[in-house]
Amino acid sequence: MTNKALFKKAAFYSVVVIIVLISVFPFYYAILTSLKTGSDLFKVNYFPSSFNFSNYIDVLNNGQFIRNTLNSVFIASTTVIFALFLAVTASYALARVRFKGRRLLLMAILAISMFPQIAVLAGLFELIRFIGIYNTPWAMILSYTIFTLPFTVWVLTTFMRDLPVEIEEAAIVDGATPWVIITQIFMPLLWPALVTTGLLAFIGAWNEFLFALTFTASETMRTVPVAIAMLSGSSQYETPWGLIMAASVLVTIPLVILVLIFQRKIVSGLTAGGVKG
Amino acid sequence: MFKKHILTTPEVSSLQRQKLRAAFWFLAPMLLVLFCVAAWPLLRSIYFSFTNTSLTNLYGGEWVGFKNYLTWKTFSSGRTIYSGTLADPAWWNAVWNTVRFAVVSVSLETIIGLMVALVLNAEFKGRGLVRAAILIPWAIPTIVSAKMWAWMFNDQFGIINDMLLSVGLIDHKIAWTANIDTAMLSVLIVDIWKTTPFMALLCLAGLQMIPRDMYESAKIDGVHPIKVFFQVTLPLVKPALMVAVIFRTLDALRMFDLVYVLTPNSKATKTMSIISRENLIEFDKFAYGSAQSTLLFAIIALFVALYIWLGKLDLSGEKS
Repeated sequence: MTNKALFKKAAFYSVVVIIVLISVFPFYYAILTSLKTGSDLFKVNYFPSSFNFSNYIDVLNNGQFIRNTLNSVFIASTTVIFALFLAVTASYALARVRFKGRRLLLMAILAISMFPQIAVLAGLFELIRFIGIYNTPWAMILSYTIFTLPFTVWVLTTFMRDLPVEIEEAAIVDGATPWVIITQIFMPLLWPALVTTGLLAFIGAWNEFLFALTFTASETMRTVPVAIAMLSGSSQYETPWGLIMAASVLVTIPLVILVLIFQRKIVSGLTAGGVKG
Repeated sequence: MFKKHILTTPEVSSLQRQKLRAAFWFLAPMLLVLFCVAAWPLLRSIYFSFTNTSLTNLYGGEWVGFKNYLTWKTFSSGRTIYSGTLADPAWWNAVWNTVRFAVVSVSLETIIGLMVALVLNAEFKGRGLVRAAILIPWAIPTIVSAKMWAWMFNDQFGIINDMLLSVGLIDHKIAWTANIDTAMLSVLIVDIWKTTPFMALLCLAGLQMIPRDMYESAKIDGVHPIKVFFQVTLPLVKPALMVAVIFRTLDALRMFDLVYVLTPNSKATKTMSIISRENLIEFDKFAYGSAQSTLLFAIIALFVALYIWLGKLDLSGEKS
């Protein structure tokens, strides 16, 4: 290998190392901070200096945090199941049936998923007050549908469009109705797509902040992002960084593990949602 | 819409008719739900913006026309005083902040994302690991990343100041998030860190669709790599890139949570979403906030219309 090629290779790998370092470092530093207490917190370290789990114990012993996590789990899963349930049949109609105005409808659905959420905040607030679900998990389940439903419909439509026509035609010849085609023939083929779409919608609902902040009033009803944003110390001037980092790490680790497991599927789901090849 | 179609085309087969009827019933529940959670609240918000509704008295609002947007009063002295959102410097400051944020963050994310994608498109050992690593910022909730970076940007004990001091780039500690000159910069850094992975992955998907033999023939012809990039790679990833750019721009224009947590109450970073929520919920200027959120909606709708019209974009993906 010539010197020039060697240099090129070294330059390339240093770029790779920089990319990885920048991506991972903030999370690594959050873990580092979460393991420190007292005056240790205010000394900058680049490598672990202490392994003190008291922040984690404090967060978990504080009943509120577990309650908030359960809120988030319940809200995100209910929203996603509801959206998937409606989206499977709707996306069949959008992907497999030709009718006037289909393109327009698809564009409208995409437009809703890219909506500025603040534009519906006032109207949603009124609706939620009217139904009487303010400060309950149902307020979030209702409002999150505004982005989970269009997203799942959109991604499932692109997936369903790629399923072979021959299978459907054979089923029609055998006299299968559209309902039978969806439930008996398409569903088994769509499982991977459903998992991916559901996971992405779940992450979206788990991370949502604006609605959760506006439609909850009491600490017990908060979702995890709101709880972390509102974590404060005993006085106004004292931010409990150790606690915040411990809570942050606790809610992020499951997501990071999920994302790493479903890495390939997530990339294909994102590209189906964004770019259609 | 569907029924009319069936009635006017009697020649369609009964099979086709059955399919259309099924399609109608499959779409109806979704459309009904979307109407309730999206269209209706949007219409109500727009309606509120023309009334004097307040948070405590949601149903007592009266129609006031464009008063929340712009109104003026001419005094006998000849002096005219304008009021309403469109005459509010705080609103224009928020518009300017949002636009500046969107333009800078999306351009930098596109450039860096494309560079990361080019690196990931090369074949090297450990590529899968690197791809997994860049997914981490994307997986972290925005609120959590805002808190993580707020700690790293901390003026007294933050690691960023420590790093920059030890390298000698700065000579005193900087209050990154509190200082009016650096607040926007810190928001931009966090946003770019968090969303570049998304851009990179979309670009990578576009890059991987380019046939390898194109590069090989360019290599045989002795074309310079930079020329290859601008004349082969870029035109071919452009469609994918354009879609990614519009998605990111729309997302940047409605930005809320990062600013809310990282730089609360900083005039330099207040976005349109932040200021309208402040008025809607916190300052009890419900109708005024509705007018601002309606304006934000109008700006985004206008932007999308322009983009589709100028770019002749096929977002529905049906043509390809």
